[in-house]
Amino acid sequence: MRPRQSNFWKVFTTPTVIALLSAAGLFSALLGDGVWDALSWLGLGIPAALALRGLLQRR
Amino acid sequence: MKSKTIRRWSCVHTWTSLICTVFLLMLALTGLPLIFHHEIDHLLGDAAELKVMPADTPQLDLQQLVAAAEKHRPGEVMQYFGYDDEDPNGMIAIMAPTAGTEPNSSHTFMLDARTGEALEMPSANGGLMMVMLRLHVDMFAGLPGKLLLAFMGLMFIAAIVSGTVLYLPFMRRLKFATVRQDKSTRLRWLDLHNLIGVVTLTWALVVGVTGVISACADLLIAAWRTDSLSAMVAPYRDAPPLTQRAPATRLLEIAEEVAPGMKPDFIAFPGTRFSSEHHYAVFMKGSTHLTSHLLTPVLIDASTLHVTAVAERPWYMDAMGMSQPLHFGDYGGMPMKILWATLDVLTIIVLGSGVYLWVVRRKAAKPVLVKEERVT
Repeated sequence: MRPRQSNFWKVFTTPTVIALLSAAGLFSALLGDGVWDALSWLGLGIPAALALRGLLQRR
Repeated sequence: MKSKTIRRWSCVHTWTSLICTVFLLMLALTGLPLIFHHEIDHLLGDAAELKVMPADTPQLDLQQLVAAAEKHRPGEVMQYFGYDDEDPNGMIAIMAPTAGTEPNSSHTFMLDARTGEALEMPSANGGLMMVMLRLHVDMFAGLPGKLLLAFMGLMFIAAIVSGTVLYLPFMRRLKFATVRQDKSTRLRWLDLHNLIGVVTLTWALVVGVTGVISACADLLIAAWRTDSLSAMVAPYRDAPPLTQRAPATRLLEIAEEVAPGMKPDFIAFPGTRFSSEHHYAVFMKGSTHLTSHLLTPVLIDASTLHVTAVAERPWYMDAMGMSQPLHFGDYGGMPMKILWATLDVLTIIVLGSGVYLWVVRRKAAKPVLVKEERVT
């Protein structure tokens, strides 16, 4: 069974956005302080928050 | 994806993970306190505290500081002077019995640049945090230890890549971030493994790759010595050994003249592995945030104080410089350190759940993946 293109993006769209956000977060704090730091907290905070939400949610 | 392809990737994922898991667990656990080493030092009172003096108190010149250091540790020689970003009055001095002594046998302490007073930095020379650092860096096994950890880092990267490929067949029928709570413990942890693994993907890759680069630092420095340094100091090859060293007093002014707009990061004294037998090497860093991690060495003849060369930076030295902040997570304040620690713990959970899923799958009569393919 060969995945259709739509299948690939259905699965990978959200992870790609998160991956790009964390990459931007990792990079931005290298550029400066203040708002650049805040951007990096956001970029790295999103994956951390999503993972913790999954871990802590209980039926 | 064909089921045969999936099985192949699954095999790659299983084995690369199994090979590196124990080492990665050790690295993640020892790395956790290292993220906060600065704060821990302050808490334990291991950090050197400089005296409070009027803000405009003048600093001693470099040669006076060298003399103060040599008086503090008679019989040893200067290897390096480092500049502390936090406090311009705190100079970090590294001394050893000989200039060529390997880093782990050197003694690190702080000099008050205004008074020449020596302050001990216990955690830079031993103690629990040093054990953590040595385990993390080379497992007390020197270069072979570093290279083994670099190899484990490569396995980790391969495990991340193959895990990402496998994310597709596993998640085809599931919405992003689905964690099936009511089916079985195994399914819950499979979903969590996939979710946490995929969201921490970029961070884990970056920390993995920069870790591998840092683990190869010894090789990169050796390459730099043979590539750039030896060409620059070629005229000195047959020069007699240095007997009288010119005073270090004006080193910074000399370096700043040829590297305008840059700031000193550290000074390597003659005979160390960051310099030659006949040179002071002043390593200058850029003055912007980004370029402050990139170092340009200025080689200064240690008897005439003439500039021999402003070295080019080979790309691999830049890669090594940029790897440090991206591996340590120390460039975005306390919130970044907390996030770094969180992502580190999440990685431990991915590693642990991976082992759990492997054990459960081995126990099961039917291979799990085949079963799941049939369901979908």
